[in-house]
Amino acid sequence: MLGRLTIEAIPLYSWVAMGGAAVTVGGGIAVFLLITYLRAWKVLWTDWLTSLDHKKIGIMYVVLALVMLVRGFIDALMMRAQQAIALNNEGYLPPEHFEQIFSSHGTIMIFFVAMPFLTGLINIIVPQQIGARDVAFPFLNSVSLFLTAAGAGLVLISLAIGKFSTAGWTGYPPYSGIDYNPGVGVDYWLWALIVSGVGSTASGINFIVTIVKNRCPGMTYMRMPMFTWTTLCISILIAFAFPALTVVAAQLALDRTLGFHFFTNGDGGNMMLFANLLWIWGHPEVYILILPAFGIFSEVVATFSRKRLFGYKSLVYATACIAILSFTVWLHHFFTMGSSANVNAVFGIATMIIAVPTGVKIFDWMFTMYRGRIEFHPSMVFTIGFMVTFVIGGVTGVLLALPPADYLMHNSTFLVAHFHNMLIPGALFGYFAGLNYWFPKAFGFKLDAKWGIRSFWFWIIGFYLAFMPLYVLGFMGMSRRMEHYADPNWQPYLIVAALGAVCVLLGIVCIAIQLYVSAKNWGSARDLTGDPWNGRTLEWATASPAAPYNFAIVPTVRDIDAFHDMKLGGTAYQPAAAYEDIVMPKSSGLGPVLGALSFALGFAMVWYIWWLAALAFVLALVCVGIRACDDESEFIIPAAEVARIEGAHLGQITSADMHDMRDFQPVGPASGAPLPGRA
Amino acid sequence: MHHSAERSLSTYLTGFALAVVLTAIPFALVWGGLLTGPAVYVVIAVAAVIQVVVHLVFFLHMNFKSTPGENLFFLGFAAVLICIMVGGSLWIMMDLHHRMM
Amino acid sequence: MSETALNSELLEHEEKKSLESREFGFWVYLMTDAVIFALLFASYVVLSKNSAAGPTSRDLFDLGHTAGETALLLLSSLTFGLATIAMTSDQAGRVVQWLFVTLILGLGFLAMEMLEFHGMIAQGAGPGTSGFLSAFFTLVGTHGLHVAFGAIGICVVIGQVLVKGLTLPVRSRLVRLGLFWHFLDIVWIGIFSVVYLPGVM
Repeated sequence: MLGRLTIEAIPLYSWVAMGGAAVTVGGGIAVFLLITYLRAWKVLWTDWLTSLDHKKIGIMYVVLALVMLVRGFIDALMMRAQQAIALNNEGYLPPEHFEQIFSSHGTIMIFFVAMPFLTGLINIIVPQQIGARDVAFPFLNSVSLFLTAAGAGLVLISLAIGKFSTAGWTGYPPYSGIDYNPGVGVDYWLWALIVSGVGSTASGINFIVTIVKNRCPGMTYMRMPMFTWTTLCISILIAFAFPALTVVAAQLALDRTLGFHFFTNGDGGNMMLFANLLWIWGHPEVYILILPAFGIFSEVVATFSRKRLFGYKSLVYATACIAILSFTVWLHHFFTMGSSANVNAVFGIATMIIAVPTGVKIFDWMFTMYRGRIEFHPSMVFTIGFMVTFVIGGVTGVLLALPPADYLMHNSTFLVAHFHNMLIPGALFGYFAGLNYWFPKAFGFKLDAKWGIRSFWFWIIGFYLAFMPLYVLGFMGMSRRMEHYADPNWQPYLIVAALGAVCVLLGIVCIAIQLYVSAKNWGSARDLTGDPWNGRTLEWATASPAAPYNFAIVPTVRDIDAFHDMKLGGTAYQPAAAYEDIVMPKSSGLGPVLGALSFALGFAMVWYIWWLAALAFVLALVCVGIRACDDESEFIIPAAEVARIEGAHLGQITSADMHDMRDFQPVGPASGAPLPGRA
Repeated sequence: MHHSAERSLSTYLTGFALAVVLTAIPFALVWGGLLTGPAVYVVIAVAAVIQVVVHLVFFLHMNFKSTPGENLFFLGFAAVLICIMVGGSLWIMMDLHHRMM
Repeated sequence: MSETALNSELLEHEEKKSLESREFGFWVYLMTDAVIFALLFASYVVLSKNSAAGPTSRDLFDLGHTAGETALLLLSSLTFGLATIAMTSDQAGRVVQWLFVTLILGLGFLAMEMLEFHGMIAQGAGPGTSGFLSAFFTLVGTHGLHVAFGAIGICVVIGQVLVKGLTLPVRSRLVRLGLFWHFLDIVWIGIFSVVYLPGVM
């Protein structure tokens, strides 16, 4: 009836594990009670969960990412604490528990923090940047969100029922095979990946079609904002790389569940094939996380330097180059597997080549800042912090790209320091910059800048304290993922690293305070014009928060900095002569239902509850069938309603709120120079 | 992609006839043992690639005139990536295989 | 014009635009599916000699059977094409007839595949026997699963043609289903060229 699920799945065996379970369950109950107390269930369901509005879906993605960031960071803190004290003793975590923590930390940070964070920002902003009213497939968008949430739910519930994987976030066999890892942990990891991976693939396809098909008139490819360009590139990466993850996860699941022999030790399995397939997905994934952040940095640096982005074309080409090259380097993740020198050399050289377009980008951003009037807004500060720190990570990356050097440093804390050095500044700082930059667009008021700057300083100081010692420890020979150790020379460095983690904790607390303070004082920081930073791209042309349809009249664009050009030309904020009816998608409850069903499916597969798996699968098919037969999924916002909403928005804008554009050099017809970016 | 004129019966029948021939050749070679050695693999591969193109042109109506550019781009991109992924995987795994022998 | 007529015109315009997006989106989806199959092919080639002292491909494959499956699938591609032609000349009855023939051919293919799988498992050559057989069953089975989903899709579209007639959305679904069906035939070319033909040599 319940497969292998018994009462023993509840972690009564350890105080630490029980604590984790209690916090998770308690948190869930607290949220449930809070919503009930506020009588918010109806609002939550009708206005949020069933909404197909891309901006609301985006906000839900970011909320999911921030919640999971806290969970993933607690894991990090626990690991740092363990390693700081575990010299010649067991520390406070038993080995198996320590293994679960580093596995869940990596899994959560990649799949359930970075992926939803960037997907959320893309959802909120990209349709507005290209002058679209919605994404191409609003319903699919909702399904993607709830599949991601279902995957996150599987990771969270593994704390309370059963255990999580002990095989690391990459889950290499044979250790992740059924022989050496017979419990449910690896299955939780696999099904979380499969379920959320399908969701990510769907969002990739969705944004490819959105950007290719839904651009407003005049928005040629070479006039798209950089963030939209990076989104297009990563959507293509997602669409072509995530299938590899689906394949490799499905194969390992078949090995574990049905006794197949893809990656087993004997019977004709080949475990090296796993590493090969996993990294065919894994390396593009790194760029999927980083490129959107590069897009955000490009937007932020131009806006807060008050200059047009330097080298727009070179940035576009560099992004496309990185996207393609990212598919040609996957072997550098397993140089030490034993390939011949030629194979290693080819992939090593390809890896080093990626540093070239990335370097181009750094120079473009620096030249954008050069002689600009820089404003040290939190998002700009995160950008500058990124540029300095990321270069260090890039240099260590080129070092690791040398196969002989990699033989010395692989699997050491040097590697751990390297990839955190890429992903924390390269991805997370970008998302934080995006959070500070676009928050008013999503909510209609600005985030508190003071607490934003504080969060930045704690994050960057914490980052250096936590990871520079790991570079040194790597040279001193410390392997990654050590539960305890015997070399007293390591301990001072590990204590510094733990202090760094505490510092990052303060950074996270600052972000929480920033959100709280800003929400409390929202009335005094309202963004009435929709353009709080004197922005340059089209998303600032909408109201903050934007109306459900974003643009009452679909704009026509004639410049890379479309909205900047409109402000200079005096065409911004003009009411239309007449408004038209607008077609929008109806809300649908099938998205959350499909999410719940895939959660049930994943949970059933983990615990071998076959009837539940079959039931969930059939019901999911029925849901898809219902949707496929529904030809009336849209409704009309009448022109009068549009006119009312637009009138209210334009009425708020007083001339005092508008930015002074006198200092900007006009481009285009006004200056007599040809317009840039013309097709 | 509504190009009704191209979807004529003769297109489908031509495609079908070509596909039958291109399937029959490799089957006949292997079944009848007409060729041996690496040459068989070459014939099978060439016939398969041509047949894929036949299907794309006659059944999926791909061409450079009426097919939207973005569809062709994604087809080409997928082809390149599949070559990189499959070619790379086989190269890596075969190389490893030889070193472990 | 009355307000409802205006509304329906607006809805129709939006519908056309969204159907165009759907067809492009479906194309991109097919490309992602092609990557899935490509990697299953790669896994198969890597593992194809790893029969772990169990039965090898020469012991198990029957080219006659494969030729039969190939014939059914290829013929079904043609009949689907005939359904598409009937659609462009607005003959709903013909569309249903040809789709039904396609469905029968598809189910015939699935029956033959099940027979083959059943025979192999009965001989003690199931997917758990060796790396080679795991890769074989996964690759060929994934294709078969796709054909099964395609068959369900054909049933749904037949139903929609009968109930709703050849409306714009139904036509679009038929076109997309056609892309899917032809795509599966292309994958099958790969399967007999990579799996079956080299397997018996």
